[in-house]
Amino acid sequence: MAAMTSYESHINRVKESAFDRVFMMGNTIFLLIITIIILLPLIFIVAASFSSAEAVTAGRVTLWPVDFSLLGYETIFEHKKVWNGFANSLFYTFFGTFFNVTMTIIAAYPLSRQDLVGRRVIIFAFVFTMLFSGGLIPTFIVVRDLGLYNTRWAMILPTGIGPFNLLIAITFFRTTIPPELNEAARIDGASDFRIFRSVILPLARPIIAVLALFYAVNTHWNTYFQALIYLKDQELFPLQLVLREILIQNSIDASMLIDIEDLVAREGLRDLLKYSLIVVASVPVMILYPFVQRHFVKGMTLGSIK
Amino acid sequence: MLSFRWRRGTGDGKLWLRIRRNWQLYVLLLLPLIWLAVFRYAPMYGAQIAFRQYSSAFGIEGSPWVGLANFERFFNSPKFEPVIINTVVLSFYSLVVFPIPIILALSLNQVKARLFRSSVQMITYAPHFISTVVIVGMLFQFLHPRVGFTAAIANMLGQAPPNWMGDPGAFRHIFVWSGVWQEMGFNAIIYLAVLTTIDPALHEAAVVDGANRLQRIRYIDLPGLLPTAMVLLVLSTGRVLEIAFEKVYLMQNPLNLGVSEVINTYVYKVGLLSPTLDFSYSTAIGLLKGLVGLLLLIAVNHAARRLTNNSVW
Repeated sequence: MAAMTSYESHINRVKESAFDRVFMMGNTIFLLIITIIILLPLIFIVAASFSSAEAVTAGRVTLWPVDFSLLGYETIFEHKKVWNGFANSLFYTFFGTFFNVTMTIIAAYPLSRQDLVGRRVIIFAFVFTMLFSGGLIPTFIVVRDLGLYNTRWAMILPTGIGPFNLLIAITFFRTTIPPELNEAARIDGASDFRIFRSVILPLARPIIAVLALFYAVNTHWNTYFQALIYLKDQELFPLQLVLREILIQNSIDASMLIDIEDLVAREGLRDLLKYSLIVVASVPVMILYPFVQRHFVKGMTLGSIK
Repeated sequence: MLSFRWRRGTGDGKLWLRIRRNWQLYVLLLLPLIWLAVFRYAPMYGAQIAFRQYSSAFGIEGSPWVGLANFERFFNSPKFEPVIINTVVLSFYSLVVFPIPIILALSLNQVKARLFRSSVQMITYAPHFISTVVIVGMLFQFLHPRVGFTAAIANMLGQAPPNWMGDPGAFRHIFVWSGVWQEMGFNAIIYLAVLTTIDPALHEAAVVDGANRLQRIRYIDLPGLLPTAMVLLVLSTGRVLEIAFEKVYLMQNPLNLGVSEVINTYVYKVGLLSPTLDFSYSTAIGLLKGLVGLLLLIAVNHAARRLTNNSVW
C-alpha cells in the first residue's frame, strides 16, 4: 500500500519549511488521536471480557482487566445456542458465498465481452436493482411462495448477485483480459465454454478471492436481516441472530447461569458474558482481517474505476 | 459507474450472426438472468399489491384493486409525519459527516513513514469488519449507565453516570458518530486510491513555486478528489431514505422510538411484525420510498452535472 511516491523523495531534497514541519507534526498528532479513538472502545471491551463479574458490575473496568478471570469465556463455551449459531453461520457463509461467487463470475465474464450483443441492456438490468427494488414485502412473498420460508435455502438463494460486486468483476475482466486472448483461443478452435474454463477461470483467481471476501463478510457472516425475516426456527438461526437475543434483547438462557446461586453474582455474569461474547463473535473475522485487508482494498479500488 | 457503449452491428444479418456465434456466452448468462428475474424483478411486479388489498388466499393478481387507498391511509396516518421527519433528519445528519473520510485520506497521504501509515490504516479499517449486531451491542455496553466505560469514567470522577442509550435526544448523535467511528477508515480507502493517481508533476511544480503542504492539499489534492467525492455524494443522497435498517432497528427502544422510527423499520413492523400483517399497506409505503428515492437520485445527479460537471451517468 504505502508506496512512497517519486515526488516525495524528490521533494525531500528541498529543505522543509518551518511551516511544513509544524504542519507534519500536527498531522501526526491528529492521526494518533484518531487511532486512539478507534482503539479505545475495542480495548475496553477486551479488558472487560477478561475481568471478574464483580468488577464489571461495579463499573470499575476501564482499559485493563480488573481481577483477571476467564469466567465469561467459560460460560460461553458451554452455551449450546451460541455454538449452534456459529455452525449455522459457517454453513450459510460457506455455501452462500460459493453460490454468490459462481453466479457473479458466470454473469460477469460474458458481460465483459465487448462483442456480446445486448450486454448494455443486461448490465443496466442488474444495476437498476441498486436504484430501485420491489421492496421488503413483495420479495418476502416471492421467497414464501417458492417454499423457501424457514429453510436454509432462504439464507442462500435470495442473496445471489450483488450489483456492485458484479460491476467489480466486469471491470476486472475487461481490464485484465485483452480481447486478443479470446481471438487467439478462438483461432485455436476453442469454444466459449472452453475459453471460460481453461483460460478465464485460471486468470480470474484474484477477483474470485475479492468477491469471496466481500460476499462472505458483507452478505453472510455479519448480517442478520435476512435471517430475521426468513427464519422462524431457533435451530436455523445464524450467530448474529443469537447475538441479537443476548446482546440487544438481553435474553440469556437461565440454564447458562444455573451454577451460580447468588443473585448478584448471576446478574454480574450476565454483563460479563456479553463482553466475552462480543470478543468471541468478532475474533474469526479479526484474525483473518490483516491477511485479507489488501484484497478488500483492491476490490474497493476496482469498484471505483470509472 | 461504468460507461456503457453499445457498438452497433453494421446490419441486422451481422447482428444475428454475432448472437449465434456467442451462443455459449448466453448459456453462461442463463442462470444469473433467471435469478435476476425471480428474486429481483418478480418482486417489482409483485409491488402492484400496493394498489390492491392483498390477501394470501387470492394471491397477487386475484386480490381486489383499491386504487390509492393504501397511500392515502399512510398520508393520513399519525405516523406519517414523524416517520418521514425522522428518516430525513437521520439521513441528512449521516450525509453531513461525509467529509471526514476525505480529511483522513488527505492526512494519511501526507505520512511518509510506512510503518506508521500502514498501522493507522490497519487500525482504522478494522471496525468495518465488526458486524452491526456486535457494534450496537458494544454501544450498549460501552455507554451502559452502570457497567459501561462512560460509567467507569464518571465513577472515577465522582459524577453520576450518564444514560445516553436511554436518552432520545442522544439517539441521532450516537447513531451517526458510531457510524463515523466504524466506517471512516474504510471509506477513506477510495480517496487514498484516487490520491495515488494525481500527477506528481503537479506537486513538484507547486514545491518549486514555494507552496507549503497545506497549500498543496488545498489546490492539488482536494480538487483531485472532488469528482470522486461528488459521485459518492450523489449516490448517497439518492439513498437518503434507505437508512440502514439493520442498525436503527437494533438501536430502537421504547424510550427513543419517537426519534428512531424510520420508514424502513416502520415498513418492516407494519408488514411482518404487526398482528394483522398488512402486506399491501407496507408495500405501498415501501414503494413510495423507492420512487421518491429514485427521483431524488435523478435530480441530484442532474444538479451535480450542472454544477460541477461530475455525475454518475
